[in-house]
Amino acid sequence: MSLTATVAPHRAAVAIPSLVPSSHLDTLESEAIHILREVAAEFRNPVLLFSGGKDSTVLVRLAEKAFRPGRLPFPLLHVDTGHNFPEVTAFRDRLVAQLGERLIVRTVQDSIDRGRVRLKHANQSRNAFQTVTLLDAIAEYGFDACIGGARRDEEKARAKERVFSFRDAFGQWDPRRQRPELWNLYNTRLDAGEHMRVFPLSNWTELDVWQYIAREQLDLPPLYYAHPRRVAVRGDALVPVVDVPELSGGDRIETRMVRFRTVGDISCTLPVESEAASAAEIIAEILTAQVSERGASRLDDRTSDASMEERKRAGYF
Amino acid sequence: MPDAQGWDAGLLRFTTAGSVDDGKSSLIGRLLFDAGVVPRDQLGALERVAARNGEEAIDLSLLTDGLIAEREQGITIDVAYRYFATPRRKFIIADTPGHEQYTRNMVTGASTADAAVILVDVRKGMTVQTRRHLFLAHLLGIRHLVIAVNKMDLVDFAHGPFDAIAGEIAEAATTIGTAPPTLVPLSAKLGDNVVQPSVQMPWYEGEPLLAVLERLPATTDERLLPFRFPVQLVRRVTTAASTTRLYLGRIESGEVAVGDAVAVLPAGITTRIRAIGTHERSLDRAAAPQSVAIEVEDEVDIGRGDMLVDPTVPATVAKQLTATICWFDDAPFATGRPYLIKAGTRTTVAQVIELVDRFDPAKLSRGPATGLVRNDIARIRLATALPLTFDAYRVNRATGAFVLIDQQTHATVAAGMIED
Repeated sequence: MSLTATVAPHRAAVAIPSLVPSSHLDTLESEAIHILREVAAEFRNPVLLFSGGKDSTVLVRLAEKAFRPGRLPFPLLHVDTGHNFPEVTAFRDRLVAQLGERLIVRTVQDSIDRGRVRLKHANQSRNAFQTVTLLDAIAEYGFDACIGGARRDEEKARAKERVFSFRDAFGQWDPRRQRPELWNLYNTRLDAGEHMRVFPLSNWTELDVWQYIAREQLDLPPLYYAHPRRVAVRGDALVPVVDVPELSGGDRIETRMVRFRTVGDISCTLPVESEAASAAEIIAEILTAQVSERGASRLDDRTSDASMEERKRAGYF
Repeated sequence: MPDAQGWDAGLLRFTTAGSVDDGKSSLIGRLLFDAGVVPRDQLGALERVAARNGEEAIDLSLLTDGLIAEREQGITIDVAYRYFATPRRKFIIADTPGHEQYTRNMVTGASTADAAVILVDVRKGMTVQTRRHLFLAHLLGIRHLVIAVNKMDLVDFAHGPFDAIAGEIAEAATTIGTAPPTLVPLSAKLGDNVVQPSVQMPWYEGEPLLAVLERLPATTDERLLPFRFPVQLVRRVTTAASTTRLYLGRIESGEVAVGDAVAVLPAGITTRIRAIGTHERSLDRAAAPQSVAIEVEDEVDIGRGDMLVDPTVPATVAKQLTATICWFDDAPFATGRPYLIKAGTRTTVAQVIELVDRFDPAKLSRGPATGLVRNDIARIRLATALPLTFDAYRVNRATGAFVLIDQQTHATVAAGMIED
């Protein structure tokens, strides 16, 4: 299969202004724009959660499509563990500057300094503690809707989540008491202190995201593409060698060609071996991939079979 | 290996429904497994479970179990969405569990589906639940209905039991007034007629389930309906020269071109389309399901909740309507209590003024209604505080649907389909 051929039909669809059959990417894009506009219409004080990762970069692009030429009707919020890949932070700041929109950064370090988070040891992963920082930021600004880039195909607890997902006054998700969601009629009613998480990419898969990145020619942090990196080989996992995670004695340190399928806190994000240096090459890899996105790249999801559900119940993204 | 064109052959959204123990989780697991779309790490997890329990074969039904309580209790709690693609097309499955909140779950899954796969256990035959599923699929406007007659291995793949069910289904379809569904005899447990054709049932001349689903026509007919554009949001764009108002929304049906006359409902004013835009460019014309920004020629007061429509085939504007509703709430329906109604982008207050009749799934007929409890389906008359702009649901799903929301608990208590 030729790589360009996978992307070509979408480009053709863009070039012809109307009434070509709608591609599945057009359908997903239109649905996401509709959701973003519903948020702007029905919430008083929404915010878009932006990490500089690929999914939230797609979200920002969709928000531009939904609201330009005007300003975006919400600021961006980055919950920063303080253990970011430097290229992701640089990308975040560059994109925000291009957009001309407001970015709020709240750090897990603030939560640690104020005694809201206590680490067992200095190098413990801060990923799960983002929940505390996020809920604090929601309370500080009075946000009533947080737009996130989570997708249902990522994980089995997420497969059951609504597009408009209700959170109680403690920020918690109760999977057994979700509101039924019919057609595109979203129930956005809240009492004071409650909020909504909104996921416009709910129906997108990893492949859809990459096809969209290719079609829209979106800029991403370079670590999404194949690059040589020093990694510790730990069983079938490659752990990036950085200052943060503790290396166990048996680790073999090697330089491999890798790329990241997801990008989060350094301490829990693993790269995969890959030679794919462009979106088109990544699309070709996904079409033949044998391991799921989170299974390949997240230490936090390997802890237990239900770890995402447990984190989500507590208020995680 | 998918070819380039294959990916856009059309997205098919389908929902699955069945009673408890019909083997629905096994069927979806088998479908994903035999289609070769289950990632290696997820299969590894199932192999570890099988080893822990001392079983030889992996349990494919576990592929669809999501939540802790589900694994503990061996049941499915909530609608789950799954995504897979074959070389021919991309699929979204709304997997709806068949217990407790069975009506709510099926209606939720069916509301966005083009097709429904209804499971029947060949040993049990048609049940009241099957009749309910058939009726709901018809009520929700599902275009393609497939009956998966499961557990054929437990009747030695015999033709007789399958034929008996086919006869019952055909009869029920006639009573309901729906087109005869496609039936596929299969064994989710062994994989017969799920993805691979069965060698055990030479008497079956049709295709396996996956091939049937791959062949269903993709839904595009909302473009053939009259133009409907519910306004989501108004944005003012000010330049040195002027201020323009952009009406943001999604075209729910039909198409529109610059220069076309449009009626603004419920006000009933007519104006013309001056411009249609997306973020990147101006368009001469646009069609469902595009999300666009529209400018009109005249200075008209247009806001969220209004609808731009084709003036030659306008939608209905009324403060009273007849609809069929599915009641979801744990608390019974309370006569005289005002609820919020959300239809398109309009939210207003509604009161039920008459309970017309109630659907009896066992008899497939309507009978008297005195009250409504969870899972009930009934016809009602509603009065609304503000006028609603709508079409009959059987004509236009997007502009004929609504939900009712409890003003105090904020629960979504009912889904409604407008008759007139």
